[in-house]
Amino acid sequence: MVMKMEGGFLNNLGRVYAIYTGCFVAFTILIGILEYAGVPNVYLGYMYVAGTLTVYAVIGFLSRTGQLTEYYVAGRSVPAFYNGMATASDWMSAASFIGMAGSLYLGGFDSHAFIIGWTGGYVLVAVLMAPYLRKFGQYTVPDFFGARYGGNAARLMAVLVLVTASFVYMVAQLVGVGIIASRFLGLSFEIAVYAGLVGILVCSMMGGMKAVTWTQVAQYIILIVAYLIPVTILSAEVTGVPIPQLMYGQALEKVAALEKSLGILNAHANPFSNARGEYEFMRMVNFFALAFCLMVGTASLPHILMRYFTTPTVREARSSVGWSIFFIYLLYFTAPAYAVFAKLEVYQNVIGQPIASLPAWVAEWTKIGLVTLRDANSDGIVQLAEFRIQQDAIVLATPEIAGLPYVIAGLVAAGGLAAALSTADGLLLAMSNAMSHDVYYKIIDPKAETAKRMMISRVLLVILALLGAWVAGSLGADILFLVAWAFSIAASGLFAGLVLGVWWKGTNKPGVLAGMIAGFAVCMFMLISSEFYGPWLKGLLGDSTNLVAARGRQVAWPFGLNSISVGIFGIPVAFLVTVVVSKLTTPPPQEMQDFIDSIRIPTGAVKLADGEAPPH
Amino acid sequence: MAAKQLSLEEAKAHWAKTSTLMWISMAIWFFLSFVVHIFARELNAITILGFPLGFWFVAQGSITGYVILCFWSSSAQNDIDREFGVEEE
Repeated sequence: MVMKMEGGFLNNLGRVYAIYTGCFVAFTILIGILEYAGVPNVYLGYMYVAGTLTVYAVIGFLSRTGQLTEYYVAGRSVPAFYNGMATASDWMSAASFIGMAGSLYLGGFDSHAFIIGWTGGYVLVAVLMAPYLRKFGQYTVPDFFGARYGGNAARLMAVLVLVTASFVYMVAQLVGVGIIASRFLGLSFEIAVYAGLVGILVCSMMGGMKAVTWTQVAQYIILIVAYLIPVTILSAEVTGVPIPQLMYGQALEKVAALEKSLGILNAHANPFSNARGEYEFMRMVNFFALAFCLMVGTASLPHILMRYFTTPTVREARSSVGWSIFFIYLLYFTAPAYAVFAKLEVYQNVIGQPIASLPAWVAEWTKIGLVTLRDANSDGIVQLAEFRIQQDAIVLATPEIAGLPYVIAGLVAAGGLAAALSTADGLLLAMSNAMSHDVYYKIIDPKAETAKRMMISRVLLVILALLGAWVAGSLGADILFLVAWAFSIAASGLFAGLVLGVWWKGTNKPGVLAGMIAGFAVCMFMLISSEFYGPWLKGLLGDSTNLVAARGRQVAWPFGLNSISVGIFGIPVAFLVTVVVSKLTTPPPQEMQDFIDSIRIPTGAVKLADGEAPPH
Repeated sequence: MAAKQLSLEEAKAHWAKTSTLMWISMAIWFFLSFVVHIFARELNAITILGFPLGFWFVAQGSITGYVILCFWSSSAQNDIDREFGVEEE
């Protein structure tokens, strides 16, 4: 039906997605009625998952295409507003949806580096990159490296960084799918991962970027509704006003009072402090290092940057970054409220209460191990030290804390799945596009016909997805720490080449190659050695490096910096090496300078240095 | 696509204005991302609607600023493009 009004679809986006949202609400009400009628929870969970996956598959099928521009860049026809929504769900992963509020709960002020880090990067995208990448107007991020620096070496290096960063990130999304599906549907973890794999392939296989774009918009609507509803109702119950983003200030005041009476020294809102509430300089340094790496990483991750190739104009690319961060903001400025309302519930209704009369959600989540309760002194009262809650439990348990029916918990699970699937889709497509377009078409077989190029792309898509599912299924949650690596890897390998490529004409090919290799190598060396050879790295770097027990290993914190922020070494090295080597070698030729001039201005033709006309 | 061809001087002037806007945006970004949080402890002495101010900035203030900054800088860039006659459509 949507396809019949093809031209019409783009003109009727508002109506199509309004009807879709209405159907989704009706579907949720239907499940609520079934719950009321006594249908067991596990069947309701199956219906939710089957229902949403079917919708994604239908969109994926309707968006099937045999055209290259549609497959790679959604026909460059995505309006800024919808590209913003698609980017938001492309961006917000299982970690944002399920994990972030929990880490704010556990880490207090300092954990809010994730809020800053996962949003601030869009300013860099908007100002430094998106409009120029859109003007450049080809298919992939490595394309830019190929055109700007000439030849295949820079292109291949960009593909290497892209695939390294995106693959670890995608595996983490599949693990996220496995965790959610196994928890809510009672599937085994491995089966859940492969079910997630099917969910990803149905969205991307037939329609590439076009299909992924329109499913990501649909997934955004589900995930944002699912995220906002439970905490809004909880806010109404606790404070009388259904605006959690504003009202959690009241809850925070109560939390602060309870912290005092419970003898908690490090208050929730207390910055850069240890457990005794004392300020520590290195905590501040770590806060800024993490925020910096996440921001620069955001601005370097190709599955995000490639979304800005899909808008009709440079101007729309620019404003679509604004819409992206706005739609991300709706979730991120709510996350701190989740953390504080959950903390209030725990301090008020769990700690200091008799074990016999705890709220029902505690027992529920104790069963699956997300909450642990040990009456160490056998007095029948919950003490602060006897209660532990895992970070994933905060968002997942909020519907029950608010006393809502299972249908809302199922909605949250559907939202978490949407977040994980949409991100995995984007990552998978970024990788298969880079390998089929940049490696196969641009380097191996430049004469390949359209049909063959798309065939290769689809085959790669399936292979990469299977490989990802296999790694996720066999290693499971042990590899979740790898997510944080993706940011530092992308930032160290790509950021300097992208920014300098637009903003400094003097950047040349030897410079950027040396810079990318140096940044990437420093980052990978630091990541691997700090994680797996901690004591050795400490020996190498000296006493300012400390060892922290994590994941059953002794992980080194180089110079006292958390190992996930090693981009703080890689990024400056990349810039420095790029600039120094560029200065020492011949500046780029005039044709390259003309190319740079032509992408700096929104109108006019792009003058590629090798004389090839850009596809339009 | 009857795009206006900028002279060398015009192109330079357009890029100079674009660069100035970039530096202003980066300065605001730097302030929201780093400078304001250095003073989190001091700002926490002030409480508004239950929020210690330093905490509010890290939880909601900076990111609200980012959203406004993104829309503002893109409209300011549109103005620059219009001034030089290189806006699209």
